[in-house]
Amino acid sequence: MWRMLRRRVQSSHDLSIPIQVFCYAILLAGALIMVLPFLWMASTACKPSVELNRVPVTFLPENPVCRQNLDALYSTSPHFNRYLLNSAIVTVGRTLGQLVTCSLAAYGFARFRFPGRGVIFALCLALLMVPFQAILIPEFMLIRKLGWLNTFKALIVPGTFSAFALFLLRQAFLQIPTEIEEAAIIDGANPLRVLWHVTLPLSVPALAAFAVITVQAAWNDFLYPLVVSNSPDTRVVTIGIALLQGERRTPYNLLMMGSFLATVPMLVLFLALQRYFIAGIAMGGVKR
Amino acid sequence: MITESRPRTLAARALNALGSTPLSRRKALWGLALIAPNTLGLFFFFGIPVLMAFSTSVQEWNAIKPPRFVGLDNFERLISDDKFAQALTNTLKLIALAVPLEVLLALGVAVLLNLPLRGRNLLRTAYFLPVVTSTVAASVVWTSILQPRYGIVSRLLEPVGLGETKWLVEPGLVLIPIAAVAIWQRLGFDMIIFLAGLQSIPGELYEAARIDGAGRWGRFRHVTLPMLSPTTFLVVVLAVINSFQIFDQVYIMTLRTVPGGVSGSATTLTYFLYRRAFTHSEFGYASAIALVLFALILFVTVFQLTIQRYWVYYEAEEG
Repeated sequence: MWRMLRRRVQSSHDLSIPIQVFCYAILLAGALIMVLPFLWMASTACKPSVELNRVPVTFLPENPVCRQNLDALYSTSPHFNRYLLNSAIVTVGRTLGQLVTCSLAAYGFARFRFPGRGVIFALCLALLMVPFQAILIPEFMLIRKLGWLNTFKALIVPGTFSAFALFLLRQAFLQIPTEIEEAAIIDGANPLRVLWHVTLPLSVPALAAFAVITVQAAWNDFLYPLVVSNSPDTRVVTIGIALLQGERRTPYNLLMMGSFLATVPMLVLFLALQRYFIAGIAMGGVKR
Repeated sequence: MITESRPRTLAARALNALGSTPLSRRKALWGLALIAPNTLGLFFFFGIPVLMAFSTSVQEWNAIKPPRFVGLDNFERLISDDKFAQALTNTLKLIALAVPLEVLLALGVAVLLNLPLRGRNLLRTAYFLPVVTSTVAASVVWTSILQPRYGIVSRLLEPVGLGETKWLVEPGLVLIPIAAVAIWQRLGFDMIIFLAGLQSIPGELYEAARIDGAGRWGRFRHVTLPMLSPTTFLVVVLAVINSFQIFDQVYIMTLRTVPGGVSGSATTLTYFLYRRAFTHSEFGYASAIALVLFALILFVTVFQLTIQRYWVYYEAEEG
């Protein structure tokens, strides 16, 4: 899975045993710190309330009550499943939207000459330098003016346009030799057909890498939904968790259960499509 | 006659601008049509807000009264606002806390995970897991881990007498856990960039160094580090830009105690501007804060681009 980072293995010399032990000790200690919060989350999610404030702290629940905690989460936050669904809708909407608008635009910039091409592309790239926080307030005002507060339109539509995706996909398309496309053009196919039948199929790895990164960012988005949506109908799961966290009575086992439900989809996606995540970051992981 | 011929020439000019032959004109029209949706969308949803950011910052804007032009009042207020100074200081402190540690740890992990060790793919996966986790969920989990007395950190620190430390309440401490979560989540990301950088160092350089009698440390010091310096620079810049934008961790981790930290001790620039705008409805003032944040990040970006250009020349000359 990490093939692309494994090209050159320094196999010409073997590491001595003490050095290996030293490396493993450091790496395993670090990996434990990386993984421990996930284990703590899963373990706390299944602890009965009486075990939460036990001293000394127990690492594993003595009487696991996963099912009851799940039910308790739904009685504390009755719309939690709805929030998960909303997150999924927003994530799919934004990702598909970006795939369409950005691959069209990337193809246009990569393969066609037209007046203003350089200037328009430079302006799009300039947007990459603007941190979202800097335009948070005008973005909110714009959405309010459109009457889109608390709608899926607000959560999805602006997210379907991206300078970053445009940049990445254009790079990917430029790497495809034009001869392949020209053969199709001579056969009389119009640009949309060439894009759909030739260019896109040849760019699947780049598209997949870009898609998983977009999915991840959309699912985990917090600040923007916090500002434009505050009704149960359109609330996404990150906001749902924040609400639970803000309610001081919410016990930690339910909070961990909620966080667990919100985290698992991304962990599964990552473990299944690991190499695309890595490729996406190596491709130009400039955006966060 | 004149009135009729003018549009015709204009139309003709427009056509000529598109291309000199019918084929090139048709291609130009296709190109414009293809880029239109994304370009118009970007302009409407991001370009216009950028322009609005400037115009709102010189207005007094709240939910009730219509906006009023106030010149540079908002910026004058910024200069004398202790809360703004505190938010700026906190942000800089966070950068100083998180960035060096994050970069050094990531470099160390990447170098070790680049060695031919058994099971390193599994270890890489472990280091990358926090990157795909939402900052919100991560912050909630860490809030729980950091509870005084009942969290694991407390349990581990109990022998040294820190079992009751209120990490998220003590004004002098609260930035540490916020930086810790940021580091925890970004380490794997930086590691990937470092690994890609390490992989691009030509093996011959190591061979040459070995022939010259360089030991393991010598090779690291005189081959790896210099060859990796552009990568390190990129990682540092990205980490700084990211630290300027820290918001989720502050929002979530101080939500159960005092939002923004006791007497603003955890308030970062982004959190400060969020509160000014959406709790106090001071949209004009908050826009001025946003512009300062923008200027700071732009400064870092321009600095990066300038240095990178220099580096390209440097490499070209060397090669």
